[in-house]
Order: sequence, then structure tokens, then C-alpha cells
Amino acid sequence: MNEIAVQTQNLTRRFGKFTAVDRLTITVSRGEIFGFLGANGAGKTTAIRMLCGLLLPSEGEATVAGFDVYKSSEAIKKNIGYMSQRFSLYDDLTISENIDFFGGVYGLSPALIEERKEALIEQVGLGDFRKRLTRDLPLGFKQRLALGSAMLHDPPIIFLDEPTSGVDPRARREFWSIINELAAAGKTVFVTTHFMDEAEYCHRVSIMRAGKLIALDSPGKLKESYGRNNMQDVFVALVNDEDPRPEEQL
Amino acid sequence: MHHLIVDNVAKTYGETRALKGVSLAVEKGELFGLIGPDGAGKTTLLRSICTLLVPDSGSITVAGLDISRDVPAIRAILGYMPQRFSLYQDLSVAQNLRFFADLFQVPKHERPERLARLYHFSRLEPFKSRLAGNLSGGMKQKLALSCALIHTPEILVLDEPTFGVDPVSRQEFWEILHQIRAGGTTIVVSTAYMDEADQCDRIALFFEGEIAAMGSPAAVKGAFPYRVYRLSGTALQDLKTFLEGQPEVRGIQLFGDALHVSFSEKPSPETWREWARRGGFPGLRWEEISPSIEDVFLAHMAGETA
Amino acid sequence: MNPRRVAAISAKEFIHIIRDPRTLLIIFIMPVLLLMMFGYAFNLEIQDVRVAVIDDDNSALSRQLIERFEGSPFFTVFHYQGSREDLETLFLERDARAILSIPENFAATLIGKHPAGIQVIIDATDPNAATSINNYCRQIVTDFNAGLSGGAAMPFTLESNIWYNPEMRSAPFFVPGILALLLIMISALLTSITITREKESGTLEQILVSPIRPGEIIIGKVLPYILIAFLDGSMILILGVTVFKVPFVGSLFLLALLMALFVLTALSLGLILSTIASTQQVAMMLAFVLTLLPTLLLSGFIFPLASMPLPLQLISTIVPAKYFLVIVRGILLKGNTIAELLVQVLWLAGMSVVLLTISWRKFSTNLER
Repeated sequence: MNEIAVQTQNLTRRFGKFTAVDRLTITVSRGEIFGFLGANGAGKTTAIRMLCGLLLPSEGEATVAGFDVYKSSEAIKKNIGYMSQRFSLYDDLTISENIDFFGGVYGLSPALIEERKEALIEQVGLGDFRKRLTRDLPLGFKQRLALGSAMLHDPPIIFLDEPTSGVDPRARREFWSIINELAAAGKTVFVTTHFMDEAEYCHRVSIMRAGKLIALDSPGKLKESYGRNNMQDVFVALVNDEDPRPEEQL
Repeated sequence: MHHLIVDNVAKTYGETRALKGVSLAVEKGELFGLIGPDGAGKTTLLRSICTLLVPDSGSITVAGLDISRDVPAIRAILGYMPQRFSLYQDLSVAQNLRFFADLFQVPKHERPERLARLYHFSRLEPFKSRLAGNLSGGMKQKLALSCALIHTPEILVLDEPTFGVDPVSRQEFWEILHQIRAGGTTIVVSTAYMDEADQCDRIALFFEGEIAAMGSPAAVKGAFPYRVYRLSGTALQDLKTFLEGQPEVRGIQLFGDALHVSFSEKPSPETWREWARRGGFPGLRWEEISPSIEDVFLAHMAGETA
Repeated sequence: MNPRRVAAISAKEFIHIIRDPRTLLIIFIMPVLLLMMFGYAFNLEIQDVRVAVIDDDNSALSRQLIERFEGSPFFTVFHYQGSREDLETLFLERDARAILSIPENFAATLIGKHPAGIQVIIDATDPNAATSINNYCRQIVTDFNAGLSGGAAMPFTLESNIWYNPEMRSAPFFVPGILALLLIMISALLTSITITREKESGTLEQILVSPIRPGEIIIGKVLPYILIAFLDGSMILILGVTVFKVPFVGSLFLLALLMALFVLTALSLGLILSTIASTQQVAMMLAFVLTLLPTLLLSGFIFPLASMPLPLQLISTIVPAKYFLVIVRGILLKGNTIAELLVQVLWLAGMSVVLLTISWRKFSTNLER
């Protein structure tokens, strides 16, 4: 179980003179739900884009599913799924068409797409709606369908970008039970968010500020060591702290 | 004195019943929160209050003025900040403020004082000449708020002002709202983030066009019928499976390194020991926690509260 | 190149097109609308122009001249009765577009074998129409002169022979233009919008995290529009030949082949635009300024290139429609073969290669610029 899914060593990305990600070093195990928190512009999007093979690092090492981000971005893309709140599915396509599209983009055979489509529609409970346009679906269904579509090619690692903001509590809990099941089955889940209630669901969270990692632990431990009741307060305390603790202490 | 009265308001779009007879009353100087997921009807209600939509039935009065008859009078005393950033991205911060001051015919001699006040709490003064489009998310929201306040409205209506804003800016934004409320302004604000409920004097939980619960955050949480415990320190998946078979358990949610379990009644210490022994969870730790607004919301959705 | 991934992109694109009423409108209603507009409203053929006649001579000869005007289908003649001072009101109130004035001693001078002057005043607020009216008037007067001298006395006669479009109808002239305009619109405008739309909504990023290659996205996106452009092109040609009676003397196969070439050039233009523009609005503006306007103004569609100042003529050399218009007119009206169109074909092919290479390079499957 304790295989490494994602590992970075001093991963750095600069845009001109601006350092978006500064010597990021993390290790994420297989089956872990890993939260990536940070204010706007803290560097979490840049970090995720490097791990997804969309941006090349300026310096440092990183492997995703055992593949090097410099040399094997194609192989990495085959081994990750990506789902964001901002965009998940094409609204003007039906549920069935959306699944066909994502299966096609990942080069799955029509037979395999058909098989996984049935399983997914069954799992999300959308049997009667397959010919309905996606825009007519309640947000909670959309979210689960988007997750399923992003995982049609059965990747070992999945990146979630603010996956459940604005969703009703029941749909959110259903969504997170699926995520927990996936993690239990050995999938590694990366969550980027700035909603602290989503952070509560993670096994471990990392908090970034100005490109640097300033905290990395489980939500429970973080709350404990900063003496706060919720992650929101921990976060505000950490990010507002003008004098971050030395890195050895992290 | 009620500053805003919403009485049995209903609104239907085609097949969708956005509001199904909503009633609420907001006191003068109160910070009132509409809490609910996307699509619950919050925006429809707020737009109706701002005279931008006409309800199918029911009535709304703002400071004693009827929204269907006294549109100009209401608009003069009401500040509105819509959900999507609706300022002019190609105008500077100062130009946006000036435009809204002109729009609301703020007298020239009053402007310096008002701008100074708005710049003071928004801390936007150093960015006066920056284009609105180049501001960060949090600063944009503060600018939008400043524009909505330029005519010193009696009642301020904010539609999801903290959406997509990072936690630090969110915190700052709420602090500003508290300051404004302290000045006597009535504030009605909507949010999809359950954890923001605690920032309000009173809240209404919104779901599918109806109010599921209303009152102070403490009162709303107090109405939760179960006891919530945080369990940790052992194999959580196995513990979850084990507890799902226990009759006292009403709900279980896995939160990373802990399990939140609600019980129909407080389990006795013997029960805890019995579970730890029978399930084989030697390191089990438990502590009672107060239910979150999300727990309350779920209970209401499941019809578990009267 | 994985055909499944290309097919997935194309299939999705087709669905977008079919579900979007605005795109469908551009694709199917626009051609018909443009043909109608040019066919019926924008008519360069002049008919029934009202001419006011002031016949101060009132002789047999002057009446003969007027009869010639009356006999022409271009003119509707009426006698002006008002005062000389109010003559201008004819133009101001649009009662007449030309005034024919025959002086008092017209017949006497002619009989005395001296050249006699008549005056034609033309309202030139519409310069194109004015030129045509002037030409028709001259023709009538020349014919009249010839009739007078019995043919023999004239030192020479001018006989114009107009080829390929002997009746000088507008349809053979505007149908190729509309064809070029529409193909550009669908290929360049729609392609650039479809890619920028995905940039804007964030969907492109979702696709880029998959193992797809740039070529697969480009080909997948472009295929449906090639088909649609072809469909539209055929629609315009069929309408042009059947309804507007445009002659078709050349090879259908050659026309189809070169239409495909032009579509390719236009699509590569659209692709370049989409790599530059980050929003649909910008893409639309760019497509309008860089493709639609030049096609309309600098291709020789409406205004002859030869009469343009040199800088504009130079710019027109990189307007693909310029070459396509020569090709279409050549094949439709003259029956040109590939050998006679080689220059144009080479220009289009060269432009396609250059544009495609640039957009291929610029369109990468990551977010590096």
C-alpha cells in the first residue's frame, strides 16, 4: 500500500523574475487523499499544472505515477484524471455523448467505452437520463458524472480542482464517499481548493504561501498544533503569519 | 422594527419553482444570511428584494416601501452587489467609484468624505489608479462592495460575495461587513458555504426554494436532534463499516483522519468500551463536537427535524 | 495520430454545431440571405431610370431623339413642365435621376451639318448608377447620330463586344463573391471561435491533460467545418446556377478540388487567429477585420483591384479570396483548366502551408507560450 504516487524534490517554476513555485518537496502515497491549499496566486495551480504535464518545471525533480515530468508528459497524461469545478462536462452534450467524448479523447475502444459508460451511469444513478442534456442535471449529479468521466481510462491518480463548491451538503457527502472508496481502492486523490470545508476531507493537507510550502500535515494535527477549531482559522493564522516557521520544523 | 419583510413570495421559471412561498423578516441593523447550495433560490429572492424581478405572488417591503410600487424609492436606499463581478474591468478603481457616485447622484461636496471612508475599510487607496480587471479576486469583491455602498444605502444586499475568494480575503470581507453593520446598515447576504453561517446574526437555511430553518446560528444548530462525535485513532474504514450496523447511529461521514458520527442519543461510556472491544478498535478516541451547519442542513433535507 | 481521438473531437464538435442555433443560422440561413440580398437588392443592372426631358426645340428631330430614350428599357421618360429655377427639385425630391435638355436650335444646327450640343444632367449621389446612366445615354446618342448620317458619312462606329457575360448581369459576378465570403466566414470565423470558446470556458485545459496531440485536436476540430464549408459551397453554387442562372462551363471536379484548397487556406487562417486570441470576442473581431473585410473589399469582389492604389493592391496579394475569385469566375464562366489557374493555385497552396505550419507550431498541448 505504501507505494509512492507523486514525489517532488525542490520543484520550482519561474515566470520571468516571478517565482510561482519555490522548491516544493512533497511525497504522496498511493491511496492518499492529499489537499493542496493556498490563497489565490500562492502557486497551487502552477504546481498542479506541472504535475499534470501542462507546464515544465524550471528546476527540481518530480515523478508522477513513476514517470518523470520532464521526459514523460505523455505517459503521465495517460495515468492521471483531471476534474475541475469550473469546467467538468459539456453542457450542450447529453450524458451519453459526454462519456463517449471523454472515452474517445483517451483513445478507448468503442466496446470499452460502452461497457464503462453503463457501469458509470449505473453507479451515478442516471439510467433514465442518459439522453438528457447535461445542463439539465442537478449540480450534484453533474459532479459525480464529471468525476466518472475523468476516470473512464482508470487512472491511478486523480486531480480534483475545487470539486464540490456550491453543491448541496447531501450531494457533497455522497461525492466524498465515492472519493473515500476510490482512495480505499488504491487511487491517489489530489484536491486543490480554497474552501476549507473541502480540506477537512483530506488525509493530509499542504498549505502554500507565495510559492512556498508552509505547512504539511493532517487536518486534525494542524488544528491541534495551531490550537484552532477549524481549518479556516488555521489557514488564516498561517497565511497571515508574517514570520513563517523555519522549514526544518515542517 | 422590521426593515425588510418578505411575505409568502413565490416565483416560477417555466417548470422550475425557484421560490415556493418564502417568508422572512429582517430587523434594522441586522446581518442576515441566506445559506444554501447553488440553485436553492437565493439569487431569485435577492433579485426580487432589489426590484429586479417581480415575484408571481406574495409581497416584499423594504423600509416600508413595496417593491412592486416604489421601485425608484427602494433603489435609492438599497445597495446591491450581484453574484458575478459586475464592475467595469477597463476602468480604474477610482473611475469605477466615480461612475457609481455619478449614477446615484452623490453630491460633489460629500464625495471626498465618503471616498475616504470607503478607501479606509477596503484598503484600496494604494490601488486607486489600477484597472479593476487587474485586481485580485478579493480586491475586486471589496471594490464591488465599495461601489454598492457609495450612496450610503440603508440596506445592503450581497449575492454570494465570497464566492471564489481565498480564505484570507474571505475573512477580511466578513470583517468589513461587521463594520458596516456596526454603522447601522441592514445587510442581507447569501452564501453557499455552510461554514460562513456563524458570521451572521441570523440565518435562513435555503433548500429547493424553501426555508428549511431560520434563527440565530446557535439556535439553528441547537435544533439538531442528534449528538455528534468525532472518532479517530484507528482503522477508520473498518470502524465505519462496523458502526453502520449499530442501531443508535444516524449518520457517518469520513473526514480524512476522523469520522463524524451522529447518534440518536448520547452513547454511555460502557457502550463506547463495548464497541472498542467488539469491533477490535483498541486505539479508538472519541469526543463530542457541536454539529456543523452542514449536519443540520442534512438532517433537514432528510426530514429528521420537525 | 490516433483516429479514435480525432473522431471523438469531431463527433463532439458536430453535436455543438447542431445544438447551437446561432451557428446553424450562420451556416444555413446566411448563404440564402446573402444570395437574396445581392440577387435582388444589390442590383447593378439599371432599369426604369426616370429621366426628365426639357425639349426647347420641339422639332421632329428632337422628338425622334426622345423616342429613342423612351424606347430604351433603361429609361422612363417624362416631360418637365416646371420653371428652370426649380430644376434642382427634380433631384432633391428624387423625381428624376437624369435630365435631358435639348436646346432651341438643335434641329436647325444639325441640319446645317454643324455639331449640335445636348445636355444631360445626372444625379451622381450614387456614382455607380451615374456612370451606368451616362454610358447608356452616350450609347443612345451615338446610335442616333449613326441613324442620321445614314451610316456612310460616319468616319467610324464603335461596336463593343462583351464576352462571357454578354448581358452584363450581376449574378455571375456576385455568386462567386458570396461563395468566397461564406467559405471564409465558416472556415475562419467559426474555427477560430470554436477553439477560443474552449479556451474561455476552461474546457481546453481539460482536454490538454489527456494524452491527445496538437494535430489530433486541430484535425478533429477542423474536419466538421471542412464538411460544412463544402456543403454550403455546394448550396450556393446550386442556387446560383438554378435560380440566378449563372453559367457553368468548366469542370465540376476541378472546382470542387480548388474549393477544398481554398477552405484549407481559410481554415488555417482561422487556426492562427485562435492561437492569438484568448476570448471569443477577440477572435471574432480579428476574423472580421482580417478575413471578412479583406474578402469583401480587397478581393476584387465588389471593387476592381486594378483601380486601387498600390499599397492596397499589395495587401490584396495576401487575401486568399482574390485568387479564389479568379478561380471560380474562370471555371464557371470561361471553363478554365488547372494549367490556366496555376498561379492562383500555387498562391493558395503556399499560403496554406505557411499558415498551417505556424499554427501547428503555436498550438501546443501544454500551457507554455
